[in-house]
Amino acid sequence: MLKDHKNRLLLVLSIVTVIVIVFYMLFQIDFDILFYQLPSRGRRILSIVIVGVAIAVSTVIFQTIVKNRILTPSIMGLDSVYVFIQTSIVFIAGVSSPFLLNAHFNYFLSLGLLTLFTLFVFRYLFKLTKSNVFILLLIGIILGTFFGNLSTFMQQLISPDDFLVLQNTLFASFNVVNEDLMLLTAIILIIMLIIVLKDFHSLDVLALGRDGAINLGVNYDRKVSQLLVIVAILVSVSTALVGPIMFLGLLVVNIAHELFKTYKHIYLIIGTSLISIIALVVGQMIVQFVFQNSVEISVIINLVGGVYFIYLMLRRGRE
Amino acid sequence: MISVKGITKLYGDKKVVDDVSLSIAKGKITSLIGPNGAGKSTVLSMITRLLDNDSGEVLLEGDNIFTQPNTDLAKKISILKQSNHLELKITVRELIAFGRYPYSKGRLTKEDNALIDEAINYMELEQFEDRYIDELSGGQRQRAYIAMTIAQDTEYIFLDEPLNNLDMKHSVQIMQILRRLVRERNKTIIIVIHDINFASCYSDNIVALKDGEVAISGTKNEVIKKDILEEIYEMEINIECIMGHQICIYFDEHADATVDDFVKEQAQI
Ligand SMILES: Nc1ncnc2c1ncn2[C@@H]1O[C@H](COP(=O)(O)OP(=O)(O)OP(=O)(O)O)[C@@H](O)[C@H]1O
Ligand SMILES: [Mg+2]
Repeated sequence: MLKDHKNRLLLVLSIVTVIVIVFYMLFQIDFDILFYQLPSRGRRILSIVIVGVAIAVSTVIFQTIVKNRILTPSIMGLDSVYVFIQTSIVFIAGVSSPFLLNAHFNYFLSLGLLTLFTLFVFRYLFKLTKSNVFILLLIGIILGTFFGNLSTFMQQLISPDDFLVLQNTLFASFNVVNEDLMLLTAIILIIMLIIVLKDFHSLDVLALGRDGAINLGVNYDRKVSQLLVIVAILVSVSTALVGPIMFLGLLVVNIAHELFKTYKHIYLIIGTSLISIIALVVGQMIVQFVFQNSVEISVIINLVGGVYFIYLMLRRGRE
Repeated sequence: MISVKGITKLYGDKKVVDDVSLSIAKGKITSLIGPNGAGKSTVLSMITRLLDNDSGEVLLEGDNIFTQPNTDLAKKISILKQSNHLELKITVRELIAFGRYPYSKGRLTKEDNALIDEAINYMELEQFEDRYIDELSGGQRQRAYIAMTIAQDTEYIFLDEPLNNLDMKHSVQIMQILRRLVRERNKTIIIVIHDINFASCYSDNIVALKDGEVAISGTKNEVIKKDILEEIYEMEINIECIMGHQICIYFDEHADATVDDFVKEQAQI
């Protein structure tokens, strides 16, 4: 009965996902430019699915490892690092630099640096702070502020024209996503998903904590480092592909927890992925159809996510 | 048999466990007693590989535990820690099912389900089976955790203060279940316990720790002695034989006086 309920919920979410996608594809479709419009919307949907799943999976795994539901893998200032990388490119090489304009260059550079940074944070800072959530949060805020300020400083020095070009790259956007890179990201995502889902029961056991997991025969330290590498890669590929948008993870994972009321990762992972796709498609619809692309999707997501975050904190405080 | 050879644990430069050697006899209940902070939980964690030791080794049937595959070990040794907080939406039955993970890796077989049912039965948890553990009382939750350990069906079972939060009836019941596990399934049980009389009545062997060292280790009759216990706990303890059991009486001598005063006061009014 309980299981049926969860399966039914998954079914409902899948149907909603299909409905919003179809709606997005067909809304105000102009038959004159059908052959331009459909593929362009299709590409956006594809990148939304890729990024949505990557964010969902990485956030679910990360929260299981740190045993905390208000942290996301980008907590250590990842978004600021992305902004910092983009700003540095403009600052050092200028806006006409291939590093900024050439999508491939930019993607690989960002991917490499972000993965390195995340791995560094996970490897050393976790050990150093003994995974103490408060110290981690504090270091995260400091790192975020540090890279943020450095970026602001450089942004002051570049010309206003350069700044305008730069600004476009600093917001997450599904409007211009390179097809090759999308394919590459999809392949990386699928490989990671296979590794994770092959052994998803062990994620359930990890949720018992270190001692509980070791007691049940899981090689805890090895498993956790393996998963953190996967999280770092997933977070970096999605940020490198569309820009900083990890905050979404917080929103969708918590909604999934509310809906499914379970510790079982198979439900959490699939459920969060679906919710994340729904949220992004709806966000994209609002951006595209309501605001005619005059706002960025990350603004909407941060607004909704921020309000939800405050709601979570208030509710936690009351409990 | 498990033999513990000179294990030591340092926190900073403080030796919280100092050169502890033990051998744990098969098919017996061994109680670990001692004052708060004596190092009981630390010793238990080191024996069950949850904690690295700074020196010494733990041998399971002659082999160092750290050289054995994790999954094999999880079928031989189980441990229930002193405090267990889980912020998970998990039902009692699902929690107990975790005990089968070393065998089924999450894909429960008919046999697994039978063993889970049995553990639920043992702990009288039938009516709570489908309740979330965060909606249970402390004692009910503790019983769910013990049931999970029983479902793990290992030869060696380590329990750190399993009687935490339990009322008298359930404490007695759990000790009887442990005895039954030893008798019927030849399990070896190591239990940290504060109630000295439970240790005295239900265990075969007792190990007493004090300040990180083994103060004494032997059969219960060798350990439950007035002078030995008084030295370990630094208080007056009297031992009486009641219904064939050595029972420790560690009352406060002044208690009677106040009762007397109270009775006198009442009489005057
Ligand atoms: N992580 C730690 N860091 C520093 N000291 C520790 C740590 N864990 C335990 N200790 C110290 O080690 C000593 C032994 O602790 P342990 O938990 O083994 O005691 P115990 O015998 O189980 O006590 P209790 O009966 O209260 O459960 C204590 O003095 C404790 O303060
Ligand atoms: Mg203890």
